[in-house]
Amino acid sequence: MIVDKHSSANDAVVVRGVSHKYQSNLAIDDLSFNLGAKQIVGILGPNGSGKSTLFRLISTMMPLQKGDIEVFGASTRNQIFAVRSRIGVVFQSPSLDRKLTVRENLDCQSALVGLSGAARCSRVAHVMKQLSISDRANDRCEKLSGGLKRRVEIAKGLLHHPRLLLLDEPSTGLDPVARLEMWKALSELKDSEDVTVVMTTHLLEEAEKCDLLLIMNRGKCVALDSPDSLRHASGGDAISIECLEPHAVASLLQKSFQWQPKVVGSQVRISIDSAAQHVAEISNLLGASMRSLTIARPSLEDVFIEKTGDRLF
Amino acid sequence: MIENSSTIANVSSDASKHQTAVSLPSSLPSSLPVVWMLAKREWVRFFRQPHRVVAAVGQPILFWILFGTGLHGAFRGNGDQGFMGYYLPGTVALILLFTAIFATISIIEDRREGFLQNVVVAAVPRWTIALGKTIGGAVIAWVQAAVFIGLLVAFGTIPFEWSLLSLGAFMALAALGMTALGVCMAWPLDSTQGFHALMNLCLMPMWLLSGAFFPIPIVNNDSPVGQSVMHWIMRSNPLTYPVAGMRWAMFPDMQTSTFWQPTVTMSWLVTLSFTLITLLAATLIVRRNAKGDIQ
Repeated sequence: MIVDKHSSANDAVVVRGVSHKYQSNLAIDDLSFNLGAKQIVGILGPNGSGKSTLFRLISTMMPLQKGDIEVFGASTRNQIFAVRSRIGVVFQSPSLDRKLTVRENLDCQSALVGLSGAARCSRVAHVMKQLSISDRANDRCEKLSGGLKRRVEIAKGLLHHPRLLLLDEPSTGLDPVARLEMWKALSELKDSEDVTVVMTTHLLEEAEKCDLLLIMNRGKCVALDSPDSLRHASGGDAISIECLEPHAVASLLQKSFQWQPKVVGSQVRISIDSAAQHVAEISNLLGASMRSLTIARPSLEDVFIEKTGDRLF
Repeated sequence: MIENSSTIANVSSDASKHQTAVSLPSSLPSSLPVVWMLAKREWVRFFRQPHRVVAAVGQPILFWILFGTGLHGAFRGNGDQGFMGYYLPGTVALILLFTAIFATISIIEDRREGFLQNVVVAAVPRWTIALGKTIGGAVIAWVQAAVFIGLLVAFGTIPFEWSLLSLGAFMALAALGMTALGVCMAWPLDSTQGFHALMNLCLMPMWLLSGAFFPIPIVNNDSPVGQSVMHWIMRSNPLTYPVAGMRWAMFPDMQTSTFWQPTVTMSWLVTLSFTLITLLAATLIVRRNAKGDIQ
C-alpha cells in the first residue's frame, strides 16, 4: 500500500485493493493508498487513468466491485449514508438548477443533506458569505458566470460541514481568473473549516499547488507525495532532446555516457545532475541529428514520464 | 502546559466542527422537510416557465370548447346533457394529465442538467425524492384544475354544491396517481423524446379510454365483439374510475341508462388503490440508478 507520509490514524480516505471494471475494461487495478486529513490532495492522470472512476467510487456514486474504501472510518460498501454525511461532492458537469436562484439552490441542497429550519438558514448564509456569493443570492443561476456557478457548486458541497470535499476536475470550463478565485476559496476552506480537499485534475499548474499529489496511470497509483518531493526524487535536471530518430539517439547516449534515456514521442529525455556541463558533449555527439535541446528543472510531467514511460498528455 | 491545553481544545473543536445540526432524515417526520423542499422547487420552477402554465391549462380548455361545440350535434348522451357537459370531467382529467406529464418530464431535464447527480449522492432516502416530485407536480395539477372548476362555477356552467368537495378529493387522488405514474415512466428514461413516445403510446390512450371523451358502451348478449372488447378495456382502465368519480361529483343526478358507469363507491375504491399503487411504484423505481445518473 502506498501511504501518505503525513497520514495518521484519522485518515481521510483509505483505499484497499480496489479494482473496477467497465465490462471488460479494467479502469482501476488493485489500487491501495491512504490519504491524511486536512490537506489538498490532487489526483493527477491522463484521460482513462481511472481518476474519475476513483472519484465516483469514493463519492458512493458507483458501488464497489472489489476492495474497500473508507472515508474517515466509514465504509463506502456498507455505510453509505455515513460516508455521504462526511463528504461534499462537486461534480465536473454542472448540477445547479438554472431556473432557481443561488439561495433556492442552496436551500434545496440543504434539504437533501438533512438541514432544515434555522440551522439551514444560518448555514446557507454562512457558506454564501464564505464563498463571496451573498450579493448574488437572489440571482437565478442561469445568469451567473462560469466562475460564480462553480463557487455556488462548492457552496452546495459544503452545506453539511463535510470533512472531505471531493471535486471532479473543478477547473473545467473556467478562465484563469475564475480558476485562481476557486483555488483561493479552496485554500481558505482547508484552513477555516478543516476540510480535506480531494480533487481530480489534469492541469499541471493546479497539481503543483496541491499539498499532496496522487499520480495515476492505467488504473494504478504510480506516486503519492508532495509535488516538491516528487520532483526532488526524480533527480537533477531534465534534458529534453528533440530529434528525428529518438531511439537511435537514446541508444547512442546510453552507450556513450551510461545514462538511462527515455524515448517519449519524438523526444529523448534524460534526468541527470549538472545537465549544463554536458550540453557541449551531447551536441558534439549528436550533431545534426538533434533538432533542439532544452534543460529544465524536472516538472511533474517529467516525474510522470519517469514513473510510467508515457507522456501525461 | 498552556500549549498543551490549547492543543486539546483545538482537537475537540475540530471534532465538533463537523458534527453540526445535520441529522440524516430516515423516518417520515424527519423526511418531510426534504419532501416539502422538492415539492416547493417544482412549484417555483413551474411558474418561472410561463409556457408550461399556458400549455397545461390552455390546451384542455381549447379542446373542451372546440370538441364541445363541434361534437354537440353528434353526441347522444343521457337525458338532455350535451357533449360540453359530458366532456367536462374529461377536460379536468386532461388538465391533470397534461400537468402531471410536464411535471414529470422535468425529471429527464433534471438528469440532463445534472441536478439529479446531487440526488444520487444525497444523504436522504430516495423515496423522499419520489414523494417530493409527485406531491409538487400533483399540487400544481390540482390547483390548475381547481381554477378551471372555479371558472365553471362562476359562469354557472356547473352549480355550486357540496359535492364539489368530493370533486376536489377525486382531483387530488387522480393528480397524485397520474404524477406518480409519470415519475415511474420518466425515471428510467434519459431523453424527452422517449418520454413523448411513451406518453403518446400509453398516457393519451389511457385518457381516451377512460370514458373522458366518449362513453363506455354497455354490453349485452347482442353486442358486437368489438363493443365488448372496448367495454372491458375501458372498464379495466384505472383512469376510468377517477373520471367517473368526478362526473358523479359534478352531476350527482346523472342518469346512466345509455352508457356504463362505475358506482361512486367503486370509483372511490379503485381511485384510491390506483393512487397508492402508483405512489408505491414511484418510491420503489427511484431506488434504481438510471442511465445518465453518472455523468
